[in-house]
Amino acid sequence: MSLIRAEAVRKTYRARKRFGGAAKQDTLALEDVNIEVRDGEILTIVGPSGCGKSTFLDIVAGLVEHDGGAVYLGDKKIDGPGLDRGIVFQGYALIPWKTVLDNVAFGLEAQGIPKPERQVIARRYIDLVGLSKFEDRTPHELSGGMKQRVAIARALAFDPKVLLMDEPFAAVDEQTRERLQLELVRIARETKKTVLFITHSIDEAVLLGDRVAIMTSRPGTIKATVDVEFSRSDDKRSASIRSTPAFSEIRELVAGYLKSEVDKALAAEQSR
Amino acid sequence: MSSQSTLDGASIRTADASVLASGASRALTSEQPSAERDGPAWFNPRVLARRWTAIVVFLALWEVAPRLGLINAAYLSPFSEVALRLASGLLSGELVHHLLVSLSRSFSGFVLALGVGLPLGVALGWFHKFERFADPLVQLIRQVPAVALLPLFIMLLGVGELSKVVIIFYGAQWAIQLNTVSGVKNVDPLLIKLARSLGLSRLDLFRKIILPAALPTIFTGLRLSATRSILIIVAAEMMGGKSGIGYVLKNSEYNYDIVTMYAAIMLLALVGLSTNYLLIGLESRFSSWKPETTRY
Repeated sequence: MSLIRAEAVRKTYRARKRFGGAAKQDTLALEDVNIEVRDGEILTIVGPSGCGKSTFLDIVAGLVEHDGGAVYLGDKKIDGPGLDRGIVFQGYALIPWKTVLDNVAFGLEAQGIPKPERQVIARRYIDLVGLSKFEDRTPHELSGGMKQRVAIARALAFDPKVLLMDEPFAAVDEQTRERLQLELVRIARETKKTVLFITHSIDEAVLLGDRVAIMTSRPGTIKATVDVEFSRSDDKRSASIRSTPAFSEIRELVAGYLKSEVDKALAAEQSR
Repeated sequence: MSSQSTLDGASIRTADASVLASGASRALTSEQPSAERDGPAWFNPRVLARRWTAIVVFLALWEVAPRLGLINAAYLSPFSEVALRLASGLLSGELVHHLLVSLSRSFSGFVLALGVGLPLGVALGWFHKFERFADPLVQLIRQVPAVALLPLFIMLLGVGELSKVVIIFYGAQWAIQLNTVSGVKNVDPLLIKLARSLGLSRLDLFRKIILPAALPTIFTGLRLSATRSILIIVAAEMMGGKSGIGYVLKNSEYNYDIVTMYAAIMLLALVGLSTNYLLIGLESRFSSWKPETTRY
């Protein structure tokens, strides 16, 4: 059953007319994007930089307006932001003057849940991401990986139907990234959350995704979706899975779809 | 409420900085200021020497130059004489009286500046249409120095208290207003995106994100305007009136009482310095979540 359904989504960025200069052309960022995210799955979208995958996530989040097609969450049409979707941003977006506890509780605060109650809930999710000892710290005392754990806990705390993640691990070092990736899978399974995960890394897309969607270079559209067979049994999904033949087979498949798109994106960049 | 949690965060951080889990301690200790590891700065002789050498050398030159005739003693009294005059003036209560008069004028003007500059700055930073409408006028008026308007205010309002308080209000509110505008406008866009994604109302966005994020910048404006209001009162008192440090300065100059003139100057420097440090102390409490605070 599908939880999120995007139908023929189009997004155009209008060019601003510069005073005295020639009018620039509008940019078509997304064209005819059709995709489903099934209830309980992790869907990863991988694409070359600038393909509009982050724009698509912002549209699902209700933060950016689209000018064609429609996106549904369940049977409700998305027309603005809402607490049925939890977002994890690449830049963490932690509130620097609030403690870890207050940051995680912030979504609940926005819902108007009283303080004692939201602290109990927030502590449960801080525990889930393994930061119980750090609930009184402020963000600038934490490492990048810890900050992203806080952001994940915050997005989960108000119990959204789906987690929207925009290249969340792109800014952390490799060892930390591997741990966070495995933990994300554990947490998503434990909390039975549906996840829409944007990345530019093929490895990450194949490792995390139950399915991987490949997005074309601008204008972005979904070129293909690939089922990741081995993900059905989760105990197999450890760091060592990267060296199995099944993993590299799917990896090659995704890379093949993506290669021509990356070439196109590069050519487009050079011709500008 | 949010400023409350800021204060809590600051006190907790220093209280249990030592009970960190080993995994994170590396990242965390590198952010501790070095002074904390070597003990308090005022107790460390090397730090003391480094901080006071320039001042000691300056005072020594000041003392010696007029005594050796390098500078005419009629224009520059030796430091020790000035210091003695300052001490006796403070002990007799004469300078204290003038100082209190000046400070209360500065304070009235400053409070008025705060009452107008802060809401005006918030409005200019928050309502784009209002800013587009008012900004050209604000930029134009801002170019007129306070001291240039002093004769005008004296003409309109007389040489009494009112003209002095008004000129301080005028001169001091710019720093508050402009810093408030930039604080409100330069909030991290990602935090605004977060607030929107959580469905915060515009009022909550302002109360819970914009205002606390702008607070450190606003406080810098308060500090600049507090020190500025002391500078301006001296100029205003020199142009008219029978009390205040500015009057003492002007009067002693008329009477060739050079020692008292230098004592008044020294007093102004000390007052300015202590005001600044007092406010820096307050400021760092409000902005403990920001990596650094400037000290000019």
